[in-house]
Amino acid sequence: MSTEVLSEPEVTLELALEHGLTKEEYGWVVTALARTPTFVELGIYSVMWSEHCSYKNSIALLRKLPREGEMILVEAGEENAGLVDIGDGLAVAFKIESHNHPSAVEPYQGAATGVGGIQRDIFTMGARPICSLNSLRFGSLDNPRVRYLFDGVVRGIGDYGNSFGVPTVAGEVSFDPSYEGNPIVNAMSVGIVKVGETASAIATGVGNPVYIVGSSTGRDGIHGATFASEEISEASEAKRPSVQVGDPFTEKLLLEATLEAIDSGAVVGIQDMGAAGLTCSSCEMSAKGESGMEIHVDRVPIRQVGMTPYEIMLSESQERMLIVCEKGSESILESIFEKWDLHAVQIGEVTDDKRVRIYWYGEVVADVPADHLVLGGGAPIYEREMERPAYLTKTRAFDPESIPDVTASDSADVLIRLLGSLNIASKRWVFEQYDTMVRTNTVVGPGLSDAAVVRIKGTNRGLAVKTDCNGRYVYLNPGKGGQIAVAEAARNVVCSGGLPVAITNCLNFGNPYKPDVYWVFKEAVEGMGEACKALNTPVTGGNVSFYNENPEGAVFPTPTIGMLGVVDDIEVQTTTMSFKEEGDVIILLSPKDWIHRNDINGSEYLSVIHDLTAGDAPHLLLSEEVDVQHTCYTLIKKGYIRGAHDVSDGGLATCLAECSIASEILGANVQLTATKNTRLDAVLFGEAQSRIVLTVELRHMDSLRAITDENGVSATRLGIVTEGPLIITVNGTEAVNLAREKMSTVYNRAIPAYMN
Amino acid sequence: MQFGIIEFPGSNCDHDAYYVAKHVFDQQTSFIWHKDHSIGDVDVVIIPGGFSYGDALRSGAIARFSPIMKDVIRFANNGGLVLGICNGFQILCESGLLPGALMKNALLRFVCKNIFVRPENRTSPFTRTLDSDSVLQIPIAHGEGNYIAADDVLCRLEDENRIAFRYCNDEGEATSESNPNGSARNIAGILNEAGNVLGMMPHPERCAEEILGRSDGAMIFESILVSTGVPV
Amino acid sequence: MYKARINVTLRQSILDPQGKAAHHALSQLGFDHVDEVRIGKHIELSIDAESEDSAAEVARQACEKLLANPVMEDYSVDIEPIEE
Repeated sequence: MSTEVLSEPEVTLELALEHGLTKEEYGWVVTALARTPTFVELGIYSVMWSEHCSYKNSIALLRKLPREGEMILVEAGEENAGLVDIGDGLAVAFKIESHNHPSAVEPYQGAATGVGGIQRDIFTMGARPICSLNSLRFGSLDNPRVRYLFDGVVRGIGDYGNSFGVPTVAGEVSFDPSYEGNPIVNAMSVGIVKVGETASAIATGVGNPVYIVGSSTGRDGIHGATFASEEISEASEAKRPSVQVGDPFTEKLLLEATLEAIDSGAVVGIQDMGAAGLTCSSCEMSAKGESGMEIHVDRVPIRQVGMTPYEIMLSESQERMLIVCEKGSESILESIFEKWDLHAVQIGEVTDDKRVRIYWYGEVVADVPADHLVLGGGAPIYEREMERPAYLTKTRAFDPESIPDVTASDSADVLIRLLGSLNIASKRWVFEQYDTMVRTNTVVGPGLSDAAVVRIKGTNRGLAVKTDCNGRYVYLNPGKGGQIAVAEAARNVVCSGGLPVAITNCLNFGNPYKPDVYWVFKEAVEGMGEACKALNTPVTGGNVSFYNENPEGAVFPTPTIGMLGVVDDIEVQTTTMSFKEEGDVIILLSPKDWIHRNDINGSEYLSVIHDLTAGDAPHLLLSEEVDVQHTCYTLIKKGYIRGAHDVSDGGLATCLAECSIASEILGANVQLTATKNTRLDAVLFGEAQSRIVLTVELRHMDSLRAITDENGVSATRLGIVTEGPLIITVNGTEAVNLAREKMSTVYNRAIPAYMN
Repeated sequence: MQFGIIEFPGSNCDHDAYYVAKHVFDQQTSFIWHKDHSIGDVDVVIIPGGFSYGDALRSGAIARFSPIMKDVIRFANNGGLVLGICNGFQILCESGLLPGALMKNALLRFVCKNIFVRPENRTSPFTRTLDSDSVLQIPIAHGEGNYIAADDVLCRLEDENRIAFRYCNDEGEATSESNPNGSARNIAGILNEAGNVLGMMPHPERCAEEILGRSDGAMIFESILVSTGVPV
Repeated sequence: MYKARINVTLRQSILDPQGKAAHHALSQLGFDHVDEVRIGKHIELSIDAESEDSAAEVARQACEKLLANPVMEDYSVDIEPIEE
């Protein structure tokens, strides 16, 4: 092939605005370069300074989050994912990321490539992914378009993860009309690496060769702006895809080859190509290494003829990595990728002038200062205008007395309706489409415990992992809702037997240029930070997704928390929710000063039964939460606990029903006592936080009391596990008497009724 | 006793089979690369689960032309023990070592869950120590496990006692409700004529340790060891 | 050069669950006149051969050996010359 002749558009302010840069930002670019940027340079600046890469509207707030801890090996933002020391010479790399917008357009590929992208963030650090999680939100399943999105997303996650060979062990799915048209698809991956054997996203060593490895590069994912002028490239195939297509088979090969390459010592630095592909990886690696890079884009293996340097630099084709190789080790690197039938093509080398210089058949088409492009360097940082949203005045004005309390005779029906509501009902239809067991480490898979537990072979240890967020709580009280997201994720990990150690987060919000959205964002981030401080679970990194809107307005603000916990001894500590044995005592662990609260705020009950999203977020005091979690963890570690399940969506009655359903054979006889002025619906279905239902063998009751007393936590005996139905009396009056089979049928059939 | 685990590009249960043979049963175990031409000196070959070649075309269709498969077929024809699990079963059918084929699940969805199977054959090296009165609880995880063969082939499999496992309920009844993928006659696993090649969709390597919930799958490995004279 | 257009479908005797699902969906959308749906794979090969017959032979062999599984699938081959 001979030299391609380029005819690229003249760069003007107008074109820069079309690329999403502001007038002011374009001015900074011209000043930094001391000339008008080339078309390729404009493309590079526009993606590097996009929200997605620069975090320009969020980073100022994110930097205030607690990021330090004795177990943290790599702080948030330093590498592709956070890294936590879990002992035994092992570290965990983990991160969560959003793929909301691609999934809204093409649910199957959008979700699949979301899974693929987050896996690469983990194995580019040298860690082998051992489990995946996700967090999904959709509108109402009554809408056929929503069913199409739900089905496509679940298939996409399944097909990619199943083929890639990493088990999907936990997650959450919820439904609310606010997500109509803008689903939330967050994918998380967790990997294991030996401490000291990680790889870094850095370019160092002048003259070291730079390789592109993995798939060839196509026009996938290049932003629509590119196509604006037809003269960009020669006439080529009619339509150019902008939806990225995932190839889990190639990703599996890339995983094995990458880990082998890192292990071989030939790799100086490595970064995966996610958003903004070659542009982002080359600029970030150079900036981090305080070095530069020259890249010959004409050497990049391409999938379609006629691709321009602009397109190659901006392509988001999946399953690719950029590697800086140790000079002299080229043949080692090349032979590893050859073994796995993957490309490994040298496309440039490391320089010392801190510039990224892009060549096209020997001609410079871009020459930019690496540091000026990246977050932490020259990328812009903004704090946006804020205003408390008007809706809060209305939602806070809610008076519970304006709706009738349930009566004892209605309670069972209400419980049945809650068990059959989509947010509470079994997610079996979803998780049975995921391979939850491959690699034989899944000790507790989905649906059995509040969090999943995976073992680490060769040790007694395991990890307890969970994603969690209740967007309705955050909507009603962004600060407290943010706290609850962290608190509940940690509580889930504790209930499954783990000690929460760190979080990753995925912040899904609306348009940050709207002052009320930005106020909610700031409040939620601060709330999260307070909870992370209180619970000693620093933030290791994550992702921000803005512009989650539909014509009715922003989605519920959804700061999804991915919580990592460590289980020191999986044989002793692993705990599931189900009732285990007839005669076991049922205990409610709650803060010292209260058992039930007169609190139906923000509950599933209000939403399902009264069609109301109203009130404050439910009660939470972080000091209480810390005491309850600490006590529960201590009890589990001592081996006193048979089962544990936190009181969350649907309240205490739902919690007890779920323990019964999970047992597949047992029920319970429960007597609740509440003060006269506490509403019955609040006792049964209220969602006040910091409460855990435990089952305990009778012989451990004294030991349990000693520990709860010592920790200043209340442990109320609610009743016993039986072989009969679930019977709940409140102040001596029977409110619930339901056969397990009936509850189970409703609980298990709700989602299949829509989807099969 | 030497186990060899074949590794194709896209195999993903290779390490699971390796772990059970090597660490649960403490046997000599090695991986065999698909580009190799010889399986070397092994007593048992396991073709593991996964998505060899990304399941392009049909699951198992391309893997069966990998260089190593010639030697696996030679080994099987000489009476060597070959166990194909999930994708391994699909590869064995594609390569002609076992009859029939595996189509998309009847419900057109991937399914991963614990199911029950009833051992039908108690004489093969893989099933000889199993109790045919009891059912095994064992996981499946596949999108294409719907076994199909011509009627005369199915009848022959039955007549020759070559159906190793049938899907059943917890009572051991092979009902249509307990058939997770639409397989003909609830077939979950079959043997070749000589009984030295077993293909099965369920994953015994996923349930060979108590910590993973159940260890019913360990019995199949025990049977292999007993058959080859290894004290268990 | 010849282009071989190959269609691989499940054999007529075999239930085609994808076809069935699509048929069901079509009838729900009001396509009452659609009696049956069979879903298969379409494969195109560019074959460098002397004649249409020898190109067809290559395509058939490719089907027999790899592209179709005779246990469950049928195939058909269409050959046309490609302008160089």
